[in-house]
Formats: sequence, structure tokens, C-alpha cells
Amino acid sequence: MMNSSPSPTASGSGCTTTSSDESPPLDRPPLLVLRSLSDAWSLALSAKFTIIPPSSPLSTSTHAVLVSGAVNRVNSTLLDQYPSLRCVVTTSAGVNHIDLEECRRRGVLVANVGETYSKDVADYAVGLLIDAFRRITMSDRYLRNGFWVTRGDYPLGSKLGGKRVGIVGLGSIGSAIAKRLEAFGCKISYLSRKPKPTANYKYVPNIIDLATESDVLVVSCSLTKETHHIINKQVLQALGKEGIIINIGRGAHIDEPELVRSLVQGEIKGVGLDVFENEPNVPKEMFEMENVVLTPHQAVFTPEALSDVIQICIANFEAFFAGKPLLTPVIYS
Amino acid sequence: MESLGVLLTYPQFPYLEQELLRRGCHLLRLYDSPKNDQFTFLHANASSIRAVIGDTHVGADAAMIDVLPDLEIVASFSVGLDKVDLVKCKERGIRVTNTPDVLTDDVADLAIGLAIAVLRKIPAADRFVRSSAWKKGGYPLTTKFSGKKVGILGLGRIGLAIAKQAEAFNCPISYNSRSEKPHPNYKYYPTPLDLASNCEVLVVSCALTNETRLIVNRAIIDALGPQGVLINIGRGPHVDEAELVSALVEGRLGGAGLDVFENEPNVPEEFFWLDNVVMTPHVGSDTVETSKAMADLVIANLEAHVMGRPLLTPVL
Repeated sequence: MMNSSPSPTASGSGCTTTSSDESPPLDRPPLLVLRSLSDAWSLALSAKFTIIPPSSPLSTSTHAVLVSGAVNRVNSTLLDQYPSLRCVVTTSAGVNHIDLEECRRRGVLVANVGETYSKDVADYAVGLLIDAFRRITMSDRYLRNGFWVTRGDYPLGSKLGGKRVGIVGLGSIGSAIAKRLEAFGCKISYLSRKPKPTANYKYVPNIIDLATESDVLVVSCSLTKETHHIINKQVLQALGKEGIIINIGRGAHIDEPELVRSLVQGEIKGVGLDVFENEPNVPKEMFEMENVVLTPHQAVFTPEALSDVIQICIANFEAFFAGKPLLTPVIYS
Repeated sequence: MESLGVLLTYPQFPYLEQELLRRGCHLLRLYDSPKNDQFTFLHANASSIRAVIGDTHVGADAAMIDVLPDLEIVASFSVGLDKVDLVKCKERGIRVTNTPDVLTDDVADLAIGLAIAVLRKIPAADRFVRSSAWKKGGYPLTTKFSGKKVGILGLGRIGLAIAKQAEAFNCPISYNSRSEKPHPNYKYYPTPLDLASNCEVLVVSCALTNETRLIVNRAIIDALGPQGVLINIGRGPHVDEAELVSALVEGRLGGAGLDVFENEPNVPEEFFWLDNVVMTPHVGSDTVETSKAMADLVIANLEAHVMGRPLLTPVL
């Protein structure tokens, strides 16, 4: 947890939150931190930077800030509050909490964590997909209930090879998912704002066509106004009774009540969901369903990813303070 | 295949029965008789039975073969032949076929699915959500799958398919096999113990033979260690199940993904309390598509036999 009250700068390593009047040491430039820090974060950051809490008078003269996707909004209000900021690093891949246009206007550089989370999220998406097709969680539950003995063999699942996968959003995560699923013999199509010339997959320009042509949809785009409820009633209908949806994006990508209704009516075959509209609340109807896999927004949470995220954020700050280009800058488009 | 007498040893995919009946086969269902009456049933019908379709549950053992003097062919609805007495079949000149290749991908898919499910604790996370525990707090971290060193015991068709899929996750591949194979990208280890000592996820994908029975023993399990994961899509008897149970309960092994067990459908109860164990009820090739392909292959082999043509996938 972050220290909330300033304490004297230690002469060696260790806690380096400054007291009101001391300037940070030159070899440990000041870093405004607006999110709570785990021990791992505190330790790693303190070794390279002087952590400035928002309560410190030095906060308004600090040039770099660490924010979290979950709790901080980087907008005019914040940028007015800390007018010396020139570099924002977010610990997320998503940047929908950052007013990029406002940052650009003020000459504030922004970095996210780039592809750091992508492999773990892609692994999880593929894990959920295999689970949905081959009913791993369901049959594990069947076994644990003793039903293999009392009720016999579990019903047949569905083969992955040859299945048509529609990936919604072919960014770093979507590409990693596609690369993995190709190895299972899946046929990949995708929807993106624009076709990707380097992608060897079929581009489909709208979501209804993608749903119509797919056996499974994987949602892996960022959450924006355009992609809010991108999976809606029409898409579910186009996907059809044999269709499966895997969501490792954001709960708000899917019209959740409509999804629940479709599942209850048997209008789609099944889902694997890591995200929900109102976490940690999950529609109760899903708890009774055999054909859904529900996970608590876990896809990024491996110790390896968390450690890598700390490293990439630090590397971005170091680059900024050295006057070098950021490693994982967010490109304003 | 008109009036070919076919013994089904275990309830099969309905499509298989329908197709056999459509071709005019005379079907005899061993499983319709209670276990202690089955020999009576076999004796009574012996002169009708020219073909046996067995599977991973019930095959064709010596006792059964001895009672069927007119048996010509055993067409197994499986690729594994550990339930067929091949020595006896060879003595009697009985043909034997299995169902290789058509199920390779399904089994490999399940192996990878189990590995991700164990490492990322997907079924456990699902239980967590369904118990409403998420409202009280988050789920603990789970370890990354991509990049884990995958060791494959048995680099046959299924082992190779697993290797190819794991490569898409940037997993370095190593293996042990009876002999080294021409795959320069995959590191060969001369013994199972060497393999287990040098990988993080060990996948059992070899045939069950006298040599490979209990191939995963205490030494292998210890070599895998508290961070290691065992995936078994081979046969239950490949693994010393009692040792596996105690290793998992005591935390000496990191986790296990198991599709097969020593005494199916019975499963060690201790596994029910473990979040680092994922179990599936021998569903390696159990998809609608593959079951149909396996059934087609069984029928094609029987047809070829009846017509005096070369069998498609003979083992004997």
C-alpha cells in the first residue's frame, strides 16, 4: 500500500517519499503516483524514483505520473491540477480513461504497457474457448459431483479444428489469439476499424457479417463508444444456435441482459466470460447454466505479467527522464 | 456387410449403430447382459459373432476371444489397443484395426486445454464465481502458460500434434521416446526422468504397453516438483495414481490435468478438494465430429474385411 504520510528521505534505498521541503535526489527523479501501490510496486519504483503522493506540494511541479486504468481519469481536470505533467504512464493496456486529445494538445506524452498483458490474455481466451468447445469445466464439475459413476459418460463436445473463429479487434491481444488458434486448425476472420495489411486472416467489415460467418466470436477490442454493446441482440441472432462467445475484453462489450436471455432461450450454444457489465456481480441465471464458463476478470493476472508490467512502466519513465523516446507510447490517432 | 454378426462391447455413438444396421449387420450387445451373465450370452451367440467392436471401456481380451471360434476381426473404436489381447489375436489369425489420425487433433486440443485450465485454474475460478465468492474479494494470481517448458512423453501422432500447438504459445518443446526423432526443434531426452527434470508441464501421450505401465512414478513426480504440472491424456495405468494423489495433497506437485484414471469411472476423492487438479471423464476424442469419423473408419474397416479388400488401418 502507498505511504500516505510523508516521511524523511532515507539516505540509502528504501522508502523515499519526501517530506514537504526536501527536493528529490537527482538520481531518483520525482514520480507522482495516483494509485495505491503493492509492496512489489513500491520497492521497484523507490529504487529508481522518488515517489510523490498527491498530497505533497511537490506534486504540482512533478513531470511524470503513474496512473491506473481502474481508478484514475486523465482529463483536463487532472492535467490542470498537476500542470507540470509531461508524461503519463498507465499500468493498463487500455487507455479509455485517458483523454488522449487533451494530452496531445498540452504536449503530454502517454505510454501504456504495450503488449505486456497480451500473451496471458490470449492464453486465457484460448483456454476459455477450448473449455467451451470441449466442456472442460462442465465435465470437471460432473466428475466432482460423482456423476461419472452414477450417470455414465459425459455428452460429446465439439471439435476445434475447422471451426470458424471471428475475432473482434485484431490488436496485440487479438493477433496473439489468432496465432494460437491457427495451430488448432481454426479458420480466422476478424473485424477491426481498418483492415490490417500484415494480417493473414480474412477481414470482415461489419460485426453482423462476422457473426453470420463464425462459429465462435472472441471479443478482444478496446472499449470505446463505438464498441459499447458491440455484441447485441442482432449479433447474437446472426451468430445463431450453434454459436459460442468468448469475452476477454470488457463486460460492456456485450448487452448482458440480452445475452442472458439468449442463453436461457437456447438461442446460442454457450459462452466463456472473464468480464461482466457490473463486476463482481454476475447475472444469477448464469449460475444454473451448464454451457457457460465464468471467471472473475482473471485473464491478465499472472505473477509474470504483473512483474513485467512493473518493468515496462519503469522503463518508460527512465526513457522519459533520459530524454529518450518512450518504449510503449500510445499513438494518438 | 449383410448379416455380418457384430458384437458391440459397450454402448456406442448412436450413429455407429445406425450405420451398422443400415448395412444389414446383425448387432449383438454385450452390455445388455449383466456382467455375470455375459459369458452365457457370448456362448449362446458364439456362432453368429464374426466381428467385435471394442473401445477403451471394454475391448477383446483372451477370455472373450476364446469363447468366439468364428471371430475374424476386432475393430476397436479407439487408437489405444491396451484392451485388446493382440497376442491372442495373432495366434488365432484375427485381424485387428484401430482409429488413428482421425482423433489426433481432438486429443491434442484437450491436452492443451487441460494445461491452460490447470495453470490458470479456470474450473476453480468458475467455481469461485458461482459460489458468489467474487463479491468478497478477487481470485489469487495464476501462473502464465505461454513460454512454459513442455515435455512430451511419447512423440507419436498425438505427441507431435501437442508439440505443434504448444509451439504457438512459444513453449520450448522437449520429449522422450523409444528413439530420437528427426525434429531438430524439439529437445530429446534419453530417459523419462531426464525429461521430467527439465520441463514444467509433462504430457503423457504414449501407448500403454508393459514398458510404459507406471512410467510416471514417484521419481518422475518428484522431478517435476512443486511448480510442475502433469497432463495425462494417455491411460490411467501410465501413472502411479496413489503416488500422484499424495504428491498433490502434500503440495509436492504443482498440479495435474487428467483425462484418464486407473479405475474409471472412479476417481480419487482427494482430487475433489484440490483447485490445482482438473479432471475430465475420458473425453479425449469425444466430439461429435470425431466420433463420427471414428465410426466411419470402423465401418470402412469392417466393410473392407467382408469384401476381401485391404484394411484401412490394420494393426494385425
